[in-house]
Amino acid sequence: MSLAANPRQFVIRLIFISIAVVMLIRLFFLQVVEDKYKVMANDIAILRKVVYPPRGAIMDRKGRPMLYNVKVYDLMVTPRNVTKQLDTNALCQALRIDIPTFEKLLNKTRIKNGPMRKGVFMEELTPEQTARFQENIYLFPGFEMAERFTRTYPNASAALILGYIGEVSPEMLKKEQYASYQQGDYTGMNGLERSYEDVLRGQRGVHFLERDNFNRPREPYRGGALDTPEIAGRSLELYLDAELQEYAEKLMVNKLGSVVAIDPSTGGILAMVSAPSYDPNLLKGRDRARNYSKLYSDATKPLLNRATQASYQPGSTMKPMTALIALDVGAITPSFGYPCAGGYYACGRRIGCTHSGGGHAANLRVALANSCNSYFVHIFRLIADARKFGNVKKGVQAWANYGKSFSFGEKTGVDIPFEGKGLLPDSNTYNKMYNGSWNSCTMLFVGMGQGEVALTPIQLANAMCIIANKGFYYKPHFVKSIGGNTKDPVLKPYLEKHVVTHIPDSTFDIVARGMQDVVERGTGTVARMDGIEICAKTGTVENKAVVNGQAMKMKDHSVFVAFAPRVNPKIAIAVIVENAGYGATWAGPVASLMIEKYLLDSVSAKRKHLEQKLYNANLVNKYIFAIDSAQRLRDQARMERRTRLRLAEDSAGRVQDTIRAKRFLHRYYTNKNRE
Amino acid sequence: MSATSKSIFSRLDGVTLLLYILLVLIGLTAVFSVEYRSTDPSIFMMNKSHMRQFIWLCISLFVGLLIIFTDSKFFSSFAYLSYTIGLFLLLITIFAGVDIKGSHSWLGVGSVRFQPGEVCKIFTSLALSKFLSSPETNFNTLKHRIIGAALALGPAVLIILQKETGLALVYFCFFLVMYREGLPNIILIIGFSMVALTLATLLVDRWILFGVITALTIGGGYLIRRELKRNIVARIVIVGVWLFCILFSQVLVPFAFKHVLQKHQVERIYSTLGQDVPQAYQRETQKNGEVKKGNVSDYNVKQSKIAIGSGGFWGKGFLNGTSTKNAFVPEQNTDFIFCAIGEQFGFFGSAILIIIYVSLMLRILFLAERQRSAFSRIYGYCVASILFFHFAINISMTIGLAPVIGITLPFLSYGGSSLLSFSILIFILLRLDSDRQVMIR
Repeated sequence: MSLAANPRQFVIRLIFISIAVVMLIRLFFLQVVEDKYKVMANDIAILRKVVYPPRGAIMDRKGRPMLYNVKVYDLMVTPRNVTKQLDTNALCQALRIDIPTFEKLLNKTRIKNGPMRKGVFMEELTPEQTARFQENIYLFPGFEMAERFTRTYPNASAALILGYIGEVSPEMLKKEQYASYQQGDYTGMNGLERSYEDVLRGQRGVHFLERDNFNRPREPYRGGALDTPEIAGRSLELYLDAELQEYAEKLMVNKLGSVVAIDPSTGGILAMVSAPSYDPNLLKGRDRARNYSKLYSDATKPLLNRATQASYQPGSTMKPMTALIALDVGAITPSFGYPCAGGYYACGRRIGCTHSGGGHAANLRVALANSCNSYFVHIFRLIADARKFGNVKKGVQAWANYGKSFSFGEKTGVDIPFEGKGLLPDSNTYNKMYNGSWNSCTMLFVGMGQGEVALTPIQLANAMCIIANKGFYYKPHFVKSIGGNTKDPVLKPYLEKHVVTHIPDSTFDIVARGMQDVVERGTGTVARMDGIEICAKTGTVENKAVVNGQAMKMKDHSVFVAFAPRVNPKIAIAVIVENAGYGATWAGPVASLMIEKYLLDSVSAKRKHLEQKLYNANLVNKYIFAIDSAQRLRDQARMERRTRLRLAEDSAGRVQDTIRAKRFLHRYYTNKNRE
Repeated sequence: MSATSKSIFSRLDGVTLLLYILLVLIGLTAVFSVEYRSTDPSIFMMNKSHMRQFIWLCISLFVGLLIIFTDSKFFSSFAYLSYTIGLFLLLITIFAGVDIKGSHSWLGVGSVRFQPGEVCKIFTSLALSKFLSSPETNFNTLKHRIIGAALALGPAVLIILQKETGLALVYFCFFLVMYREGLPNIILIIGFSMVALTLATLLVDRWILFGVITALTIGGGYLIRRELKRNIVARIVIVGVWLFCILFSQVLVPFAFKHVLQKHQVERIYSTLGQDVPQAYQRETQKNGEVKKGNVSDYNVKQSKIAIGSGGFWGKGFLNGTSTKNAFVPEQNTDFIFCAIGEQFGFFGSAILIIIYVSLMLRILFLAERQRSAFSRIYGYCVASILFFHFAINISMTIGLAPVIGITLPFLSYGGSSLLSFSILIFILLRLDSDRQVMIR
């Protein structure tokens, strides 16, 4: 048979070739034109494993750990590898669980991860469980331990300062700030954990692994060429003195209030207490949510950082600042005196003064020591009405500007979040209040720290720093160095010196000596101690609270500010004890004990009785609970009202939509019928 | 024996041998790449498939050597005997077979197992060649055509009884050979039409199909109305065709899908068409209760398509196939070995493989056509057809063009009996070709 004779061989060749061509076309579409298969292949075969580096630790000024990571063990299980050899009884014995619980947990893991993949069987084994498990590990095929790190607070103090970490919520993930986070990641929720999140967190590593059809990770994808290594978080060293902090917390037990102690030469915070405080270890691990809601609903509001968030009228503790401003403005000289005879009558009504003796306000130093109300009200008026400002509005504005430069009415910029601003009135405030018609008599109370002015404890402590430093301050802050580097760019704002007055040092000395006199022979003798020259000012602050719908006068806040020693000050401190009484009774001892503890490292036997008095005192008034529950009821009512309003708006909107739809349909059908 | 003075080796066709070696080496590479792990201590690990495949390759080459030293007349004289032995083996398998992955088509002796259905292709090729080339056979008569078809399909029936439908289908490729040897054109046309009609039955609603067939018949009848008036045979033919089509589409296909084909086969066919199995063809177990979301063969094809599709133009590179290396594609060593090529070497590699394949088949056809004896020629066609059928179905199923039918890709798939039997097929052809001037009866 010759080639020409049989055309069928060509038919067969044609079939062969055409099938091959069809295949090639199909392959071309599958491999070159379509892109989705590449994505699908990566999705199924590549496991993106995020590796979390250890979070940075936090140490106090002496390098003592305040917050670090500890290893905990999770019990993992691969359900498929759990064979008949497993000694279930022994395992249940080791973990102290019963067999139904065991079955339940095993099933839960199996459902969550599938039988082939390792899953968490039990979280955070106790040391006893770990030990018993490890003893007999050969009896438990398929089970193994996986180590993990959690945060721990060895001192159980400084809860609000250190903060805590928690899982990022879906709402947070929507924000740009959290763009680099994923569901399930942890982030600092409060305190330093939050402010220094980027530093502490380090950098997550991403490893790409190949996985097989049972989702088991195998070897690195492309030999790990695409992986990014994890970078450990850096640790923070604080100015905080852990011992002092603990001492302060102990002194403030069973009181409401706060203590802020700052090293004036650096702005570093030595201790910060908001009482009542709580054990930060409550807000970690398995019971976090439960403990949080318990703390949240506590009437004493332990989650509120009173040191930075609550503001109080400063009372007499405002007087040194009023004096500074008056001096800087040139309204008075240190020798300026006021003939107070037990009251201030210049504005038509009496403003009481506790002293009436002649010459108790003969000059600035004496007036400070005796805390003469008339004197400071008067010099405040002198500032406001100073000729160089032109009129009282400009005068008060100038006063307010001074306040602002002291960071009153503004955030101090401390490096923990949610700081409050306090209140500082300026001309605008009074224009609004009095419709533009007011004069220096209207608001002279602010000169003595009552009225519209309110300061946070940290602002008060910062003001003490200004006096101690003779006219400048550094922003109060906690962190001394990041990973050993004191000049880290993150810390830059805290290295900047803020100069607020231009009063000569000799004049400052007079203010300081006046404050020293407060301790030596004035209102604050409780703070006196041998060997240290303490400059201080007491304050007893009248305050009101709304009870049963009407404002009621409550027990005075006890306030005490101080710095020491007078020459080369090492510590500036502000103490507030809410609703406790005279400044010298409660806040004074706390401040002086703290100073003694910090400067001398121990409290002298002579003053131990003050310690005991504070330890034993319970100054949490019962009516706090009533006020709190009333407040909560009001909040709830407001919430309900808002919800009702929103629902009403919604339904109104819906009704309108319905009307619109009906109108449309009506028009549509009438048009149709017409056609 | 030919009087040529050249040695037997120089008379072997170099091109075929080269293409064969190329394909086998590609196969070894592919099998190796699927199982290799970067953590393996060495590439020579006896428990891995590629080493076993290598041993099978050595065995195959040794057998090939034996074949080359055999007298070429032996194959024709041995043809019927071997066919009988083959049938006998298939019969034994039905009763004494070992169950492997749901099929009953393996004979096991110790740890060595082989598939008689695979080897029987050789015997059938020989027997068919012998029958068609014998001077007594007149392939223009119906009787001899039926005998030819019976020779080809006999083993297929036995294999179907072993529940290895895919392998049985391969025996249909002999129709291509018989077509070359004089089966009328109409057979080819009828064959294609029936495939088309089956697909139409599955895809189109039965009453619409009924209407379409009737309309087509009436239309055809109108075109040849003069013929119909004159010729009674034409009338009978046209009515017969109509009746057959209706019967086929309304009764036979539904019956086959309901009662003859197994559940997984129905599913595979429908998944290739990209449709769900209709209610009518679902089996009892399926109807009650469980709601199925995709089926197993769907999974195979999907994974296979992902593996091949993700290769892109140049592929992911040797040993970088994430899908094949991590066992996402089931049966990737054997039936789905093409995925390994597609994923690692991309369109470029796949196209080269297909070109090598087509070259081999065309070369075999060329060899067949240059034979002096009809036996050798027909045998060559048998080899080409078998290769073609395996190649077409296997690659089509991996890229979703055909339903999943469990047959191997010759020379590439891992598996001893497959490699050995295809090697024997090729070597017999080479042996016959080296004696192409000799008349073999």
